[in-house]
Amino acid sequence: MRKASPGSLRRAFQPWNDPAAKPLIEFRHVTKRFGGVTAVAEVSLSLYPREFFALLGPSGCGKTTLMRMLAGFETPDAGQILLGGTDITEMPPHLRPVNMMFQSYALFPHLSVADNIAYGLKRERLPRAEIAQRVAEMLALVKLDGLGKRRPDQLSGGQRQRVALARALAKRPKLLLLDEPMAALDRKLREATQFELMDLQSELGTTFMVVTHDQDEAMTMADRMAVMDHGRLVQIGPPDVIYEAPVNAYVASFVGDINVLEGHVVAVEGDLVRVETGITGMVELDEEAPALAIGASVLVGLRPEKLDLSHDEPPQPFNKVAGEIWDIGYLGDVTMVQVMVGGEGGWLVKVALTNRRRRAARPFAWEDKVWLSWDVEAGLVLKP
Amino acid sequence: MRRLGPGLILALVAGFAFLYLPILALVAYSFNASRLVTVWGGFSTHWYGALLSNQPLLDAAWLSIRLAFVSATLATALGTMAALALARHGRFRGRMLFSGMVLAPLVMPEVITGLSLLLLFVAVDVERGFWTVTIAHATFGLGFACIVVQARLAGFDSSLEEAARDLGATPLVTFATVTLPLIWPAVAAAWMLAFTLSLDDLVIASFTTGPGATTLPMRLYSAIRLGVSPEINAACTLMIGAVALAVIAASLLLKRRQAVGG
Repeated sequence: MRKASPGSLRRAFQPWNDPAAKPLIEFRHVTKRFGGVTAVAEVSLSLYPREFFALLGPSGCGKTTLMRMLAGFETPDAGQILLGGTDITEMPPHLRPVNMMFQSYALFPHLSVADNIAYGLKRERLPRAEIAQRVAEMLALVKLDGLGKRRPDQLSGGQRQRVALARALAKRPKLLLLDEPMAALDRKLREATQFELMDLQSELGTTFMVVTHDQDEAMTMADRMAVMDHGRLVQIGPPDVIYEAPVNAYVASFVGDINVLEGHVVAVEGDLVRVETGITGMVELDEEAPALAIGASVLVGLRPEKLDLSHDEPPQPFNKVAGEIWDIGYLGDVTMVQVMVGGEGGWLVKVALTNRRRRAARPFAWEDKVWLSWDVEAGLVLKP
Repeated sequence: MRRLGPGLILALVAGFAFLYLPILALVAYSFNASRLVTVWGGFSTHWYGALLSNQPLLDAAWLSIRLAFVSATLATALGTMAALALARHGRFRGRMLFSGMVLAPLVMPEVITGLSLLLLFVAVDVERGFWTVTIAHATFGLGFACIVVQARLAGFDSSLEEAARDLGATPLVTFATVTLPLIWPAVAAAWMLAFTLSLDDLVIASFTTGPGATTLPMRLYSAIRLGVSPEINAACTLMIGAVALAVIAASLLLKRRQAVGG
């Protein structure tokens, strides 16, 4: 019988929509200041058991501070952190059932791989035989059997990362924190490791929280992700919701590419919204339950992959604009075309074209006059 | 490698000669068969034998070694703690003052350190002897130990300590199982430095000692006032050997760590 793929199990997993679900971790109005700088401001957040959660944001947004407060290395200035309903705000790091994988891996250079993994178990004063068994288990889990006697400096970067992971998982923590876990790996290895990490997480059932500035990493791995900016959580949700329905222009432009237009609402009919923009004329778009006043200033966002490019004017009355090809960037899988609307200094639009055929002549060239068009379902309304 | 011109070589030789000829002369004359310091009477190890029957000198040497051992241990323990405080706790209130006070004995003239310690010991009315010299030596050894350990801690990845805490180690266990094993070469080097400083200190020891606690440098100094004998040369040669060994060992320890710890 075929085993259910981890992905299919993942789809059914939505405890955040279940009012009866008990969160594993709760941040309640947590604030942390360093001197005059507020690193984390009034953050409230719940993580659920077995969840794979990603904190995404640019450097300096407070995501690392948030994670360090969970590990116990920083104490909040205000608010509470709860683990399984118990207040752990003031609990020192060595007493928390939370383990962390450090960005630098922080492997002890004077200890062997096996002793690194055993370090946390020895602190629990487990019997020696049990420690040895658990170390062997962890080595097998991260596919490093037989390397237990090596020193960390005799390992490759990828192997070191696995040792760090095994060491953090050895104590079977309720929550594993991962600080930029892929930052030191090259691209191919990073992709493979992301999927391995996801499999490992669903196998062990441990709650994972990853801190990263890499949106691909967050979107690939996480059940839910939170986008942070200047110490605040701007949006929390599954990756597809964050990408397709970002709450504001910041989230829209931080997660993925987006072309933004200013305009004002002229009509709302059911789910259909009409926005008048100076550059493209009328834009028609489909929003779920729009709460928009007529005349309100809004931003219209158009993702590059949701735009079509043609030489002939499309027949539709709305959602189109003429322009000139300004630049073409061939990336292999896609070609990024930049179209200038309204002449030099106008609105520069990014369009992503998928290269489906290998030897077909490329239909567009520099300085071509083209039409941009898009679906009613393509555009999204953003609050400025 | 760059080749040296004749002028440079001459300067080099002159410089080294100025530094080491007196010591070489001292070592050479310790093997002199003649009693007269300035007349070479052939090679002999006679004076090393005579040294072994000079009980006061042997007593002083034994006292100096014990004293250096205890004061170096004290200085290293306190200096390591000071270095940890300076390296780990960031910019705490009074950091500059603390750092200045720890390191002041390094630049303080020994006469002043000695005199002020003497005044202190007299004021609190402790009996001067072995322990007062030990405390005095630990005081100035501490500054040196602190500098050596602090240099090592500067390159120390503090996430290693956080990882230990995260894995369930108390701060004390973290120090014993992670910090100390990684900085021990610096700690050992600091100990050896403090040991040699104590071993050849004359000024501070003279101020702070009392009857019955005469260190080796003090004994040698008082013997020289009665005339230099080849026996003294022999004793000094042995001391030079001991100090040189300790300094070489200390620098090797520090080097080795750089190579491994990277």
